[in-house]
Amino acid sequence: MGGERLKIILSLTPPLLIIFTLFFGGIFYGFLQSLGYQPAIGKYEINFSAYYNVMFSERYAKLFWSGLGLNLWVSFASTFLAAVFALFGALAIRKTFFAKTICNFIYSLNLPMPHLVVAVGIIFVFSQSGLLARLASQIGLIGSPGDFPVLVKDKYGLGIILAYIWKEAAFFFIILMSVLQSLGENFEELAQSLGANRWQRFRYVILPLVMPNLFSASIIVFAFSFGAYEVPALLGVIYPQMLPVMAFEFFLNPDLNARSEGMALSIIIAIIVMILVVFYFWLTQAKIRKD
Amino acid sequence: MNNNLKKINIYAIYLGAIILILPLIAFFINAFSFRWFYPQVIPKELSLQAWVRLKLIPKPGQRTFEGFIELWASNPTVIKALLNSLSIGFLVTIVSIIIALPAARVLGLLNFRFKKLIIFIMVSPTILPPIAFVLGLNINFISWGFSGNYFGVCLVHLVPIMPYVVLTMTGIFANYNPDFEHQARTLGANKTRTFLLITLPAIAPGMVVAALFAFLVSWSQYLLTFLIGAGKVMTLPLLVFSTASSGNPALTAAISIIFIFPAILILFFTSKFVSGESGATSGFGKI
Repeated sequence: MGGERLKIILSLTPPLLIIFTLFFGGIFYGFLQSLGYQPAIGKYEINFSAYYNVMFSERYAKLFWSGLGLNLWVSFASTFLAAVFALFGALAIRKTFFAKTICNFIYSLNLPMPHLVVAVGIIFVFSQSGLLARLASQIGLIGSPGDFPVLVKDKYGLGIILAYIWKEAAFFFIILMSVLQSLGENFEELAQSLGANRWQRFRYVILPLVMPNLFSASIIVFAFSFGAYEVPALLGVIYPQMLPVMAFEFFLNPDLNARSEGMALSIIIAIIVMILVVFYFWLTQAKIRKD
Repeated sequence: MNNNLKKINIYAIYLGAIILILPLIAFFINAFSFRWFYPQVIPKELSLQAWVRLKLIPKPGQRTFEGFIELWASNPTVIKALLNSLSIGFLVTIVSIIIALPAARVLGLLNFRFKKLIIFIMVSPTILPPIAFVLGLNINFISWGFSGNYFGVCLVHLVPIMPYVVLTMTGIFANYNPDFEHQARTLGANKTRTFLLITLPAIAPGMVVAALFAFLVSWSQYLLTFLIGAGKVMTLPLLVFSTASSGNPALTAAISIIFIFPAILILFFTSKFVSGESGATSGFGKI
């Protein structure tokens, strides 16, 4: 028994060591710095002034709260829309039809695509001189590039949302396809024979069955889009600015005092994501208990 | 009526596929046409100029075998970034598999106290955003001397990769029967032979998926490489980002095509294995 215990400890130590020193160590040290503890520039006091500055000082408050608003809007909108598109895509694509394999491949194509490339692709397609604007001008809808709506680098974060929809819809799609495949069509056929129409079959049969997987995938997507840097850095504007971009810019600021503020922001992002995940676990646990 | 609806359904799928593939089409048009002016939809002339400027294809007249070798041997930035991305990816993948293998075995086969807690700790980097740990870690790395070098970048790539590799391989071991190993041992095989002839073939398919996936996560890492590499370790995502920010569509498209090539290749080979139940799939959302 003792041998087994030693084996467990020895096997688990290397990966745990990496996660504790690099991941939790990084968060802990970032937290210390956000409290103003910066031995590198001779600051040893501990206080919450960086948090106060970021959230309430006249200089940053507007930037922070508008950024937080944009973060919530972008994450909610892109998670919801990507899930909806993927759901309809997955339901439609189950039937056999011409070129189904190719369609299936195209629908999963964005899955391994790095976010960075998807963001560049969105610029190529949706910018004012992009592919869509060119097509629109060919069929006479618009004249000059300026007539095409600003969808990339816009203040509502539309370009960012588009990029996340593109990328995460594939993720939802794969998950939904495998759930639907494992369910088969028996439930639906049963419902149909009992007289349920299309909408009823969707609302009362399919949706409840795929909901648990859809929901946990949504949490992953939401958490990711809330804290990711590349897409908003490429497709966003200076104001309003999403929080990860703001944190990173504070951090790169030559003024070393801004570093604490950057760290404070990254800790705030982490706390919001953590609250969300805890809320999710609480919700699913409560549901399991109820069932 | 029902037939019409089916038709609409199928056309909607085709439309969706076309919309989804638009960015990819735009990549290829941009990469192979240097002067693609608005409002042309199809470029007037095809051109390899972007590739020539990136020093991947020699100038016209020098496109012989020797010409290519000479050009690539002059170590252009793209080749340097490509080699860095590839070698970091390979190294990190191998190291993560070696580290994860014993841990996944223990987690998949044995039951012990705190197992749930350990799994929770192990997967926590998949939920919290990288920016939460990398800013603090950056300062530590500077004082440890890991900042701005190849080793530090490899080390930091292990953080997002470790959870998926451990998780995917734990899944493999959960469906693995260790009794075959006992049989081999009683028949006289030593530990190495047992591992090579019994364990490895059984876990190989899952391990390959985990490895490909680990490689892809490292391959597409931007923020961690940028911060820890401190501009001294150039990889493909860094090159894509800086070219995209400077705004030359042809060059950006050409580098992007090189960048996404392995991703599409990996999808092609793993599409059979990728399903919603696999631990690896959840990681795809984070690339």
